[in-house]
Parts: sequence; structure tokens; C-alpha cells
Amino acid sequence: MATVELRDIRKTYSDEEIIKGVSLTIHDREFVVFVGPSGCGKSTLLRMIAGLEDISAGELLIDGVRANEKGPAERGLAMVFQSYALYPHMNVYRNMEFSLRLAGMPVAERRQRIADVARILQLEPYLDHKPGQLSGGQRQRVAIGRAIVRNPKVFLFDEPLSNLDAALRGQMRVELATLHRRLGATTIYVTHDQVEAMTMADRIVVLRKGVVEQIGTPLDLYHRPRNLFVAQFMGSPTMNVLPAHIVSVTDHAATVTTGPLTVTVPVDAGSLQPGAAVTLGVRPEHIGLDVAGAPQGLVEISERLGAATLLHVRLSDGRQIVVQTGGDNMNAPDSAVGVTPDPAHCHLFDADGAALDRLAAHPLQVGS
Amino acid sequence: MDQAARRIPVAAPVGRPSHARRTGGALLLSPAVILLLIWSLVPLAMTLWYSVRRYNLVDPTQVGFAGASNYVYLLTDPDFITALLNTAILVGGVLVITVGLGTLLAVLFDQSFLGRGIARVLVISPFFVMPTVSALLWKNLMLHPIYGVYSAMMRAVGLTPVDWLSRYPLATLVMIVSWEWLPFAILILLTAIQSLDAEQKEAARMDGAGPLAQFRYIILPHLSRAITVVIMIETIFLLAVFAEISVTTAGGPGVASTNLAFLIYSRALLQFDVGGASAGGVVAIVIANIVAAFLLRAVARNLEA
Ligand SMILES: Nc1ncnc2c1ncn2[C@@H]1O[C@H](COP(=O)(O)OP(=O)(O)O)[C@@H](O)[C@H]1O
Ligand SMILES: [Mg+2]
Repeated sequence: MATVELRDIRKTYSDEEIIKGVSLTIHDREFVVFVGPSGCGKSTLLRMIAGLEDISAGELLIDGVRANEKGPAERGLAMVFQSYALYPHMNVYRNMEFSLRLAGMPVAERRQRIADVARILQLEPYLDHKPGQLSGGQRQRVAIGRAIVRNPKVFLFDEPLSNLDAALRGQMRVELATLHRRLGATTIYVTHDQVEAMTMADRIVVLRKGVVEQIGTPLDLYHRPRNLFVAQFMGSPTMNVLPAHIVSVTDHAATVTTGPLTVTVPVDAGSLQPGAAVTLGVRPEHIGLDVAGAPQGLVEISERLGAATLLHVRLSDGRQIVVQTGGDNMNAPDSAVGVTPDPAHCHLFDADGAALDRLAAHPLQVGS
Repeated sequence: MDQAARRIPVAAPVGRPSHARRTGGALLLSPAVILLLIWSLVPLAMTLWYSVRRYNLVDPTQVGFAGASNYVYLLTDPDFITALLNTAILVGGVLVITVGLGTLLAVLFDQSFLGRGIARVLVISPFFVMPTVSALLWKNLMLHPIYGVYSAMMRAVGLTPVDWLSRYPLATLVMIVSWEWLPFAILILLTAIQSLDAEQKEAARMDGAGPLAQFRYIILPHLSRAITVVIMIETIFLLAVFAEISVTTAGGPGVASTNLAFLIYSRALLQFDVGGASAGGVVAIVIANIVAAFLLRAVARNLEA
């Protein structure tokens, strides 16, 4: 059992508020990812939970007990740092043993634990190597091993994969997810990479400038972003956003127009009247190519990914959108195409960037 | 087979220009090398030559070969053993104090506190004082039994002032030389501490290491290289401490504070025995080389890791 509860946590550095009141409950065995652009305060928030930074205001509860005043070691958490922070003069075994030795655990028990962890992480051949003799991925595993041997209540990760190359990152992502399933430990994971967030999280917390923008499951955030920021931050390639005007409104839909496109989006338009300025958001994978109709734009660049093709289309009003089509799409640059956004997957945002309630639910979506 | 045979004549011309280039390079290097050789080999050769000669500046009748007698005379001289011991105490004592205290102070000066910039400048400043000046300063200003600052302080609390330089000459010298070299140790070690990755200390904190455990298991191993460097550089200079002794105790009382360097000086220029002094010089060179060999091996091992 390990839960973490944040109650209106704030952090102030010399008059400047970096974390502006975060409240959140992390359940037992949950994998929660803090995601947001660089400098939004993810690390600061994580370090406050770890006990490496003082909490300026608010309350932190671990397993229901106030932990604000507890030291980092007393909180029973383990952290994996971005730089790995391995002890360079100790070999892999000693690195993993350090916390156990300080805790006064008997030698035989230490050896047993380290052997178990080394087996899980495939580190057995490297136990007497120094960190300097290991590759990035191996160092990463040692850092994780050092966290696991302590048998912590909660794992904290601060951008653990950002020093790895793309291939290794993908591999470590799967390893971490497997490890989490196996150990079932409560985990808080910080990243600026929305792919990591989408693929690993049970729940994602999107942060911007010290404020929580939205909390939800990956598909929640993908299908029902609460505002323009979340909509554009989550999902790859990025959602197309186009300034638009409302043409007409019914109870269960709003028709908008932008450049050559007119879409009837199933949303609750609320008090918005025809003529109001809105933003239309539609992901590249939710735009189809219309072969029959009149062309609405020119293909400028086609990025061929193999499995899919990303067409960068210049619309007749000069705006550019990205359309994701099949890998076998034959459109070359300069070919004229018609584009049709799927209305059920369109998003509308009001002038403040807040999303209008979508009325079409996605079949996979778990109620929020 | 055919190909291999053909390759050999191709390889040969490749070797020749590189050989020519090497000779050319050696030619261009030679002025510097020859200058250095003259600089170091000629004095060495002359020292070796004089060390086997009878040569006394106040007795021109003493000439000719002395054989090993200069060495025998030196090595059996009880003063020489004392000087050797004093050198060891001086070097060892100063090393222990500067490295020990230097490490602690470096850790302290790494913390942030009010006026840290000024404090750092102050702690470094003794390094800029010339050895003769700082020795005079300690002798007359601080430790003088009548008008020294410490004597005044002792009198103020009702104690009898101590004439440090005649009662504890060697210990006092160790103190003075440590004062001169502490800034150097702090400077090197502080720089080294500042290069310690902050996340490593944080990882140690998460692992349950308190300040002492962090010092013992994280900071000290991180400093080991810098400490070896400090030890090596200081040893080279401390083996040859001279000005401080000359200014404060002149090696006395008796030979209580005479080290090897000062013994050679006193043989040559106080007793005018050039032969004996040269023998001492040769012994000093041998000792310095033995120490240097040990140090270099230790440093090389430490830098490798
Ligand atoms: N010790 C500090 N003193 C002052 N400002 C800080 C300190 N640490 C971080 N900050 C500021 O807090 C903000 C959030 O930093 P951080 O939590 O590291 O962001 P990230 O989301 O990239 O991990 C940044 O703007 C940074 O400048
Ligand atoms: Mg960060």
C-alpha cells in the first residue's frame, strides 16, 4: 500500500511562485506521469515529493500521514535521476548496496536482494563494473536497480530516458512498463515527452507554468483535452488548429467555417452565437483526403514514415495543415487535394482556449 | 602471396620520410633540449664531482680526491640523521595539517553563507605572502615572547608567554609552513568539491546518507584525485623548505630545526665545506627521486581509475 496525496502544494523561490497550488491523489500501484514543457516545474514538484526541496505551502501526505517535515530517506521513496547520479567510484554492486548498508541490513540479506534485482534487470554480468565502464542503457538500469533494492513505497523518476538514444528509449519504455506491472509499485514519472506519458501512464498530469492544466487517462487527454494547450501538447503529430467562425448552432452541434472548410462538430456550444470566433482543432490522423470533391489545397511536403505518410497541405486561404494518410498514399508535392476533417473527431475551443464539451464519446474512452 | 610480396616495397618508402621527419624534428628540438641538459646536467655533474673532492673554502691546502669519505662523514654524522628526521616531520606534519584541515575547510567554504566571497579571498590570501615575509611575520608579530600577539593574549588570561621558536622549534615551523600552504590545499580541494555533481549528493540523501556519510562515501572519494595532486605538489616544495628556517630559527637551537636543505646550506656556506655539502646535495637528490617515484606511481594509479 502506498498512496501519495498533494494538497494545494506550492513552491516559492525568492518571491516567484514556481508551483502554484497542485492538488492530486495518487492511488496505490498507480503509474502517474507529470508531463509539460521544459521549465514548467515538473522536477520541482517531484523534488518536493522526494524531500529534496522544502514545500513552501500546502500539505504532502504519504500513506495518509503528513510528510512535509520528513527527510528524504524517511519518506520511503526512491528516485531515479536524469543524470543517473551513480556513485562513480563504487562498482555496480556497491552502488546498489549503499542504501542497504547505511540502513544496517545484514550482509547476507543485502547480497540476496541485490542478486534478485540484478537478475530482474539483467545486470548480473556487470556487478563489479564501475559506472564509467557501462553503456547509457546499463547505467540507466543500475540507477533503477539502486531504487528497487530499497523496496520503496513509491518510485520517482525524473526524465530517466532523456539521455538515451531513440531506439534505446523505446526499449527502456517497454522495460519500465513491464517492471511496473511486475512490481506493482506506485510510480511518479516526470517527462517532457508526451509519447512516454501516453505509453506508460495510468494517469497523466499536464503541467504548464506551475499549474495543473488537466489530469486524466492518456485517452482522456487525447480525446477530451480540456483546453488548447493540452490538445496541442498531447498527441503526435501535433493537432492542427485553425481559427474559425461559428456559422450556426443547434442543441447538439455547431457548424464552423475556416478558409475552404466547413465542419459541423458535435459539441455543446453553450452560449456561443453564430459569428463568434472559435478555434477548430483536428488531429492529422482524423483528416481524410477527398478525391472526388473540389481541391482545397496543395501538398507542399510529404513525409513518408513507411507505415503512414504525413502530407503538409497548404489550404487555399494560406494556412498549413498536416494530414496523416496511409503509407501507400501516392500524392506527390504540388498535387491538389481535397481535405475532409472527420466531424466526430473535431474539437472546438472558445476564445479563451477552453474546449467546448464534445458530445461524441470515443468507444475506448474510460469515463473521467 | 603475390599481393603480399608486392606490398613490401610499397611499405618501405613510407617508413623513410617519417624517419627523415623524425630526424628533422629532433634537430629542431635540439636547442631546447640542449639548453635544458646544460641547465640541469652541468650542476648535477659538478655536484657529483665536488662530492668526491676534498674542497674547503677556508683551507686551500685541502685538495685531491676524497673518495667516499665525504659520504661516509655525512652519513655517519648524527646531525645528518636528525636533519633527515626533521625533514620527514616537517613534510609529513605539514601534509597532514594542510590536507586534513584543507578538506574540512573546503567542505565548509562550499556551503553558502553570508560573506562567503570575502571569506574565500581571506582564506586564500596567505598564499600570496612570500615565505621570508610570512616567517618574519610569525616570528616577530605573532609569536615573539615579548611583543607578539599570542604572548599578549596569553598574558591577558594570566598565562606565562612561551618562546615558541626556541621551546618547540620544529612544531612551530610546521605550523608556519602549514599556514602558508593551507590556502593552496583549500583552493585545489574547493575547486574539486565544486565539480561534484549535485544529483550525486541528492541520490545519497535519498539513500539515507547523513552529512557524515555523504562526506565519507561521496565527497572524500570524489576528492581523492585532488588530494593526491595536493600531496604531490606540496611534497616537492616542502622537501626544500629553507627560507622559513633561515629566517626564524637558523636551524637551531643546535640542529633541532635543521632539515636537509638547511644542513647542506650550513655545510657549504657556514662551514665552507663544499665537498661535504655536495655529498649532502647528492643524497638529497636521491631521496627526492625516491619520493617522487612513489608519488608518481600513486598519482598515476589514481588518475587512471
Ligand atoms: N533553485 C532554484 N532557484 C530559483 N529558481 C529555480 C530553482 N530551481 C528551479 N527554478 C525555476 O523553477 C522553474 C521550474 O524548474 P523545473 O522544475 O526544473 O522545470 P522542469 O519542468 O523543466 O523540470 C524554472 O523556471 C526554474 O528556473
Ligand atoms: Mg526537469
